[in-house]
Amino acid sequence: MDFGVILNNSQFLLAQGFLGIGSFTGGTLRLAIPAIVLGFLLGIFIGIGRLARSRWVRVPATLYVEFFRGVPLVMVIFWFWFIIPVLLRLPIPEYGVALAAFVFFEAAYLGEIVRAGIQSVAKGQVEAATATGLTHGQTMRCVVLPQALKNMIPALVTQFIVLLKDTSLASIIGYVDLTKAAQIVNNREIRPFELYLFIAVVYWFCAYGMSRYARYLEQRLTPA
Amino acid sequence: MSYTFDWSVLWTGQSGHWLLQGLLTTLNISALAWTLAAALGIVSGALRTVAFKPLAALAAFYVEFFRNVPLLVWMFFWYFAVPPMLPRPVQDWLYVHGVEFLAGMFALGIYHGARFSETIRSGIQSIPKTQFEAALSTGLTTAQTYRLVIVPIALRLIIPPATNESLNLLKNSSVALTISVAELTFQTRQIEAYTAKAFEALTAGTLIYLVLCLTIAAIMARVERRVAIPGMIARVSPAEH
Repeated sequence: MDFGVILNNSQFLLAQGFLGIGSFTGGTLRLAIPAIVLGFLLGIFIGIGRLARSRWVRVPATLYVEFFRGVPLVMVIFWFWFIIPVLLRLPIPEYGVALAAFVFFEAAYLGEIVRAGIQSVAKGQVEAATATGLTHGQTMRCVVLPQALKNMIPALVTQFIVLLKDTSLASIIGYVDLTKAAQIVNNREIRPFELYLFIAVVYWFCAYGMSRYARYLEQRLTPA
Repeated sequence: MSYTFDWSVLWTGQSGHWLLQGLLTTLNISALAWTLAAALGIVSGALRTVAFKPLAALAAFYVEFFRNVPLLVWMFFWYFAVPPMLPRPVQDWLYVHGVEFLAGMFALGIYHGARFSETIRSGIQSIPKTQFEAALSTGLTTAQTYRLVIVPIALRLIIPPATNESLNLLKNSSVALTISVAELTFQTRQIEAYTAKAFEALTAGTLIYLVLCLTIAAIMARVERRVAIPGMIARVSPAEH
């Protein structure tokens, strides 16, 4: 066993593979952070759509969620890899494909978190807002969503952990994230045990650290 | 769009055979991994709730270590890193008997065992403490209390989240294509490679996954209703709109 291979390649593994700073587009965080932000924005619409009174909004939103939750992420990534160049008629780099796949896939799960968050807001709040003369949209924007958002935070952190781990799957279409970076180094050095153990530890620290943070938030935000 | 559809690629040539093979491999690896995951999950989930600290800590270590690392990394680890460290005869046996299937199965089973463990732990913790006390006061030992009272109740309580986790396992079996297990997604890619008809191939694979997941979810919803413990599970009333 020789962990020198990690030291010699730490620049490539961590800067290029994990953070995405380097000569080409890549990086676990450079994919995960925009994906959670954009996925959440789309998820807000899906979550509200799931609770809409109109069937024409509710049914498509429900189908969207059921579809993406019933299909493996690997399959979704392959779908986007194939369909985006056909639809846009121009080749898209791996980053764009991976980002789009993660945003649409995560939006289904984030939409369910948003829905649960909205449903956790007491009904009296909506009634009080309506009584003061706010419209349905205003009630949503000014009263329900701010409170719902607070209730959602622990679940959002947990979902970000899931997303961070899932970004490793972007490596199957050639996106250079931490996992792909380890593969590239391994192809040259043939040190699978050291390299895969090392990236496992890197993922572990991020995921475990955030899960502790989520637990702390949960305890702090739970109304007594 | 500059794409011409040709759905016949799905029933001409080898496609149907490949899809069936892929489906069987997916079900096979998922079933074996599920058995492993359930065993690991039940044991470690129960151990995390016992009063004896070293056992609880050992179970906690297993859960936190395995579930916080991506499944793909575990696949690579069990496939690329572990076999070369084993003794020569074991290696030879593995390479003859399909090391990728076994590595994929262990990766899936051990990873999801850690996730099952959390589900089972929360199930056990949701059982009122009086159940433990009542069981112990009738003269059962701690082990008997767990085996005869707590775990059977917990298993019935956790049917909805456990179904969810089982479906996650089934869907995650697609990650095994990265270590060349010829499961459903792998075969979908193979049809695409042979016919250059990605849309049709992906549609076929996606539909099979959807039908599988929805069928299992429907069956488990029925099972859940049948084994529900009256008074212990708050039945969710249909949503009001």
